[in-house]
Amino acid sequence: MAKINMLQAINDALTIAMEADDKTVLFGEDVGHFGGVFRATSGLQEKFGRDRCFNTPLTEQGIAGFANGLASNGMTAIAEIQFADYIFPAIDQIVNESAKFRYRSGNEFNVGGIIYRTPYGGGIAGGHYHSQSPEAYFTQTAGLKVVVPRNAYQAKGLLLASIRDKNPVVFFEPKRLYRASVGEVPEGDYEIELGKAEVVKEGTDITLLAWGAQMEIIENAAQMAAKKGISCEIIDLRTLAPWDVDTVAASVKKTGRLLINHEAPLTGGFAGEIAATIQEECFLHLESPISRVCGLDTPYPLVHEKEYMPDALKTFEAIKASMKY
Amino acid sequence: MSNATSTTETVHRVSFLDKDSLSIPILKILQADGTTFEKAVLPVIDQALAERIYDTCVFTRVLDERMLGAQRQGRISFYMTCTGEEASIVGSVAALDNEDVILAQYREHAAIRYRGFSTEQFMNQMFSNEKDLGKGRQMPIHYGSQALHYQTISSPLATQIPQATGVGYSLKMQGKRNVAICYFGEGAASEGDFHAGLNMAAVLKSPTIFFCRNNGYAISTPTSEQFAGNGIASRGIGYGMHTIRVDGNDMLAVLAATQQARAYALEHNAPVLIEAMTYRLGAHSSSDDPSGYRSKEEEAKWQQHDPVKRFKLWMMNKGWLSESDDQGLYEKYRQEVLAAVKVAEKLPVTHVDEIINDVYDTPTPRLKQQLATLKQHIKKYPDSYPHSAGRV
Repeated sequence: MAKINMLQAINDALTIAMEADDKTVLFGEDVGHFGGVFRATSGLQEKFGRDRCFNTPLTEQGIAGFANGLASNGMTAIAEIQFADYIFPAIDQIVNESAKFRYRSGNEFNVGGIIYRTPYGGGIAGGHYHSQSPEAYFTQTAGLKVVVPRNAYQAKGLLLASIRDKNPVVFFEPKRLYRASVGEVPEGDYEIELGKAEVVKEGTDITLLAWGAQMEIIENAAQMAAKKGISCEIIDLRTLAPWDVDTVAASVKKTGRLLINHEAPLTGGFAGEIAATIQEECFLHLESPISRVCGLDTPYPLVHEKEYMPDALKTFEAIKASMKY
Repeated sequence: MSNATSTTETVHRVSFLDKDSLSIPILKILQADGTTFEKAVLPVIDQALAERIYDTCVFTRVLDERMLGAQRQGRISFYMTCTGEEASIVGSVAALDNEDVILAQYREHAAIRYRGFSTEQFMNQMFSNEKDLGKGRQMPIHYGSQALHYQTISSPLATQIPQATGVGYSLKMQGKRNVAICYFGEGAASEGDFHAGLNMAAVLKSPTIFFCRNNGYAISTPTSEQFAGNGIASRGIGYGMHTIRVDGNDMLAVLAATQQARAYALEHNAPVLIEAMTYRLGAHSSSDDPSGYRSKEEEAKWQQHDPVKRFKLWMMNKGWLSESDDQGLYEKYRQEVLAAVKVAEKLPVTHVDEIINDVYDTPTPRLKQQLATLKQHIKKYPDSYPHSAGRV
């Protein structure tokens, strides 16, 4: 197995998917010859031609609408939205169209062959238009799947599974890990099942739950807690919609405590949904209130990025507080 | 420098262009009395095609009249007519291959009828019964059929426009000798989706016909409050697109323009814009009253341009239709529609199990759990859920 970074893993997955099915088309702003602003699609236009990998005009609603049309007629559409912060012009096409195509038509038509790939999250000194984590906007939309990988291995396997899934998927790529996350990734074709969380590390005292780039944060917090004799179980949710209640609930029944960490603002964030569900599933097992360590309810602040972030220290403090109940 | 605009002429004093600089002619073939203009070049049409077109128009007139009545009686919740716009819709669909993909706005039921949507299928959709292809999930008039290559209507305006660009592109990629056709009104052309869709179609070379029914009103807003430019046609030209403006109440003009648009789109893998100048004789929908925003005189003037009557006179001139044939056709459809209403409204609605199907390709565990909980609740309070009680 070769050690590669997340961008290379994504490029590898896209190559495999496009080689396997010539009805797969990849498009977005600057994804053609240039290979995308992060270079995730480097070399693909040369490999697959301008008909299958191409630049679009600068219009996110156009990209999403075009994806709906392609997929409604039997194609697989891999659409790149250059930054997750710019997915909002496309939100009507994604939420009202992609998500509802199958349901509203009684399955006469569907757009299961769509995947919207988009880099999300902060930690790159990008201010509030290059740092947002808008996953929760999509988790409330029935008909969409929402997936977030945490490293290169996950990115490749989850991306291949998402491309081949029979439902439209919004795939959030943690851009601060694009080059930072290097790991062993198999060369061949493999998939990681959607809708399944992964228990990354077992523990006995408290369950820590996150996804994407925040996985690194809770792992660091768990190491700090271990020095205080606290044993953390670490879970990567991986798919937010539909999410794996069973794995999380089983863990919380064992540890009695849950901490959820996400980068998006606290209010209306996906942690709220998880907390409510787990409270219902595990009420009699809980030793302390479910804890949320999240971004502040502010736009993403450029110079106070460090203060805004639900970092390892804030997480460590929340773990200790939870243990004191 | 890669700026590929075609302007080469230079001037040396300030000189602006305005909308009157662009002269866009309007294609007319058929006159009000059913004769054709002297120099008119006719579309490809024979008696069988003319009869199928006319049959569709009569069915649609009858359906609109009867279903608007059914809405007024409270038998269905909502309805929209296409009265006055039949030539735009039927004339264009008649120019297509049956496998060309239709993406309609909501007022183009004549097009799905032309493809073969049965009277029963119309009723099943409008009464949301268990035979509705859409499984009772959308308001009346949101038809769709995979078999007829007619994509299911979506209520949000203009969303079908960039989708049509994608469908056209997919047809090209799949090597099919087919085009996509996208219907929309001049109001929808104000939405961002319109600009996104047309620009992408022109740049990405998608064989798609963008068919604008410029019918004068978007609900109550007249065109004078909708756009200040030279209609919708000028925008097609602005996006670098082959464009034509036609008399939308002239069946032969619409047919001719669409036949040639289709041939061009296929030959060049390129989009075409057709702007059909017509008039919405009815209300926007059963929920509005046009007397609140336009005069009786205006409507009366447009009654004289009735597209169905004009085509009927042409058919009669050709000896392809008589008054008694015509009366018989109306009578046949009046009976057929009434009979179908009576059958459709008695059928039960879709089974409650369908509530969780088609959200995803297979229902998730959470959805199954929610359905089970719902069914327990319905069993406990059957009187409150008359559609589903007794069938859970």
